[in-house]
Amino acid sequence: MLFKKSMLLSILLMVALLFVSSFSAMAQNGEVEIFSWWTGGGEEEGLNALIELFNENYPNVEVINATVAGGAGSNAKAVLKTRMVGGNPPDSFQVHGGAELVNTYVETGLMEPITGLLEEWGVKDKFNQQILEMSSYEGEYYSVPVNVHRSNIMFYNKAVLEENNVEPPTDLASFKEALAKLDEAGVVPLSLGDTNKWPATQIFESLLVSTLGPDGYNGLWNGNTAADDPAVREALVHFNDIMQYVNEDHSALTWQDATQIMHEGEAGFNIMGDWAEGYMKTLGWTPGEEFGWMPVPESEGTFIVITDTFGLPKGAPNPENAKKWLKTIASVEGQDTFNPIKGSIPARLDADKSKYDPYLTSAMEDFAEDTLSPSIAHGSAAPEGFITALNDTINEFITTGDVDEAFENFQKNHEEYVQ
Amino acid sequence: MKRKHKESLTSIAILSPSIITLAIFVYGFISRSVQISMLDWDTFANFMRKAKDYVGLENYISLFTESRFQTDLWNTLYFTLFFIIGCLAIGILLSLILNNKPRGGYFFQNLYLFPMAISFVVTGTVWRWIFAPGRLPNNPRGINLLFEQLGLQNLQWGWFTSTNSFLGFNVALIAVIIAAIWQYSGYTMAMWLAGLRGIDQQLIEAARIDGASKWQIFTKILFPIQKPITLSAIIVLAHVSLKAFALIYAMTGSGPNNVTDIPAVYMFEATFRSNRYSTGSAIAIVLLMMVGLLIIPYLVNSFKEE
Repeated sequence: MLFKKSMLLSILLMVALLFVSSFSAMAQNGEVEIFSWWTGGGEEEGLNALIELFNENYPNVEVINATVAGGAGSNAKAVLKTRMVGGNPPDSFQVHGGAELVNTYVETGLMEPITGLLEEWGVKDKFNQQILEMSSYEGEYYSVPVNVHRSNIMFYNKAVLEENNVEPPTDLASFKEALAKLDEAGVVPLSLGDTNKWPATQIFESLLVSTLGPDGYNGLWNGNTAADDPAVREALVHFNDIMQYVNEDHSALTWQDATQIMHEGEAGFNIMGDWAEGYMKTLGWTPGEEFGWMPVPESEGTFIVITDTFGLPKGAPNPENAKKWLKTIASVEGQDTFNPIKGSIPARLDADKSKYDPYLTSAMEDFAEDTLSPSIAHGSAAPEGFITALNDTINEFITTGDVDEAFENFQKNHEEYVQ
Repeated sequence: MKRKHKESLTSIAILSPSIITLAIFVYGFISRSVQISMLDWDTFANFMRKAKDYVGLENYISLFTESRFQTDLWNTLYFTLFFIIGCLAIGILLSLILNNKPRGGYFFQNLYLFPMAISFVVTGTVWRWIFAPGRLPNNPRGINLLFEQLGLQNLQWGWFTSTNSFLGFNVALIAVIIAAIWQYSGYTMAMWLAGLRGIDQQLIEAARIDGASKWQIFTKILFPIQKPITLSAIIVLAHVSLKAFALIYAMTGSGPNNVTDIPAVYMFEATFRSNRYSTGSAIAIVLLMMVGLLIIPYLVNSFKEE
C-alpha cells in the first residue's frame, strides 16, 4: 500500500513537472539554433559572451548552441553540408565569407539574401565594404561578417633577432638574408608546422600577393589575371627559397607547435595567421614586448582576410529568431563583445579601439586602409576543390623543389576548379 | 512433403531480413558508388544538381595519372608486404616460444594480444609521439631522445618525416609499419598458438627420434600443418592493411610529398574535404577491387576444398 502511494506520488510529480516545463517553453518565443566550430580556447568564451548578449536583448528566445569540434572546422563543415543537403539546416551557421559560402551554398540556391535586413538595421555602410562584397552574389549580400583575421602576417622573436644582430626585414631579399644569418647561427630561421598542409599553402598565398600585388592576386579569382602569369612562378621560386630555412620536422608539427618553437626561443620567425597572436598571449607573451609583427615582406598594403560570417539558410526552422541573431552580431556591441575575447578584429569600422590590444589595434588600422584579398587556404578565394588540390601541389613541391612542375599543376588546378 | 515446405518457408523468413539489408546496404551502395564514380560530380554544384552526365572512365584515368595516387599505390604495396611479413615472422616466433610453456607464458600471451584491443586511432596517436623526430641534432624528441641518452646518435633519423625513398619505397613508412606490426603480431601469434596446441605431440616426438633438428621440425612439419592458418592470417592482415585509414590518419596524415599516404586517406580528403565526390567514389571502387583481388582467390580455393 505504502509502495503504491509513493508510486502514485512520483507519477503525479512527474506529470506536474512535465506541465511546468511545457508551460515555461510556451512562455518563450521559441528557439534559435546556431551552428559553429567555435570550441577552442578564446573562441568558445567569445561565443558564450555573444549568446549572453543575445539573451539580454531577447530573453524569450532560447539559443541552441550546436558546435562540432575538431579539424579547424573541417568536421563541422562536413556535418553542415550533410544537414544542408538533407533539408535540415540550422537557423544560422558559421561560414568563412567568400567562396566557401558563395560557391557552396549561395550559387546552389540554399541561402536567403539579407541585403534588405542590413539596410533596415542601418548597418550596411558601417562595415568595410570590401568584406561585404566578398559574400555577395549577383548584387545581393548573403551573410553578416562577425570577425576578421589576417593571414599574411609574420611574427618574430625579438630576443632571438637581437642576439643574432638581425633587423626585421623590409623586403623579400633582406628577409632571405635574415633567414640565412639565423641559419648560420644555428637557430631555426622560420618555424613551420604543416602536418595539416594548409600552413604551407598560407605562406604561398602571402607570397602570391607579394609578387602579384593585391589587384593581380584578386584577379586570379575573377578572371582578370591568368594562372600562367610569370609572377605566380616567381612566388613559387621565393617559396622554394624560403622553405630551405624551415625546421626539418615541420611535417610532424601543427601550427601551434611551430608558434611554440618561436616562443621557446628556438626560432626567429613564424608566418601564421594572427590567431597565433592570441596563442602567444596564452603562452604568456605581451604583444610588442617579446614578439614583434609585420606583414609578410612585400605584401604590405594588402590584408589577406579570413572572416567568419553568419547567414540565413532557406528553410531555417526559426527564421525570425535567426534574424534577431544576425542583428545582434551585426551590432557594434555584438562585434565588440566577441572580438576582444576571440582575439580578432571586428568587420565594422566604427568599433571601440580601446577594447583591443596593441597588435589588434594596428591590425584594425591596416584593415581600414589596405586592399582586402581573400585567403585561398581558408576557403575565401576559391572553391574547396582548388584548395585541396593546391595543398597537394604545395605539399609535393616542398619536397621535390620542382618549380616548373608546381607551376604547371597550379595552372591545371586553376583551370579545372576556378573557371 | 508439407513439413519440408514449411521448413523452407521458415528458413526464407529468417534469412530474408539479412538478405534484404545486404542487398540494399552493401550491394546497392556499391553499385551507387560505381555510378557516382562515372559521373561528373567533382564540384558541389554538380552534386546538388544531381546531374547525370556520364563521363565513363575519365575519373579513373585521371586518378591513375595523378602523382599522389601513384604514390598511394606504391605505399599500399610496400605497406601490405612488410606488414604481413612482419606480423607473420614475429607472431610465429612468439607462438613457438610460448608453445614451450615458459614461466609466465600465460601473462605474455595476454600481453602480446592486448594491442589488438586498442583502436588504430589510439595506436596512431601514441606512436606519433614516439616517432616525432624533434629537431636534430639539438632538440631530439621521442625515440630520438632515447637514442641520444643511450649514446646511439647514429640511429637518429627523421622517421615519418623523412622524404627519402628506395625503389619506390618511402622509408617514412617504416615508422607506420612498426606501429601496425606492434598492433597485429599478437593476432598471428594467437592463431598459430591455437593451431600448435592442436598438433599431436607424437608427430614431433617421432621426428625428434628420427634426428630432426628444430629448424627441420618447423619447416617440414609445423609450417605445412599450419598452412591453412597462415593463409587465413594473411588474408585478414592484408585486408587490415588496406583499411589502415585510422592508423595513418591519426599518426602521420598523408605526410610530406605523400610519403605515408594511402588510397583510403586520399578517398576521405577528396570526398569530404574537397567535394570531389566522383573522384572519391572512384578511389573507393579501386580499393574494393584490390580487396577482391585478395579475397576472391581465397574463397574460390576454400569452396573447391569443400
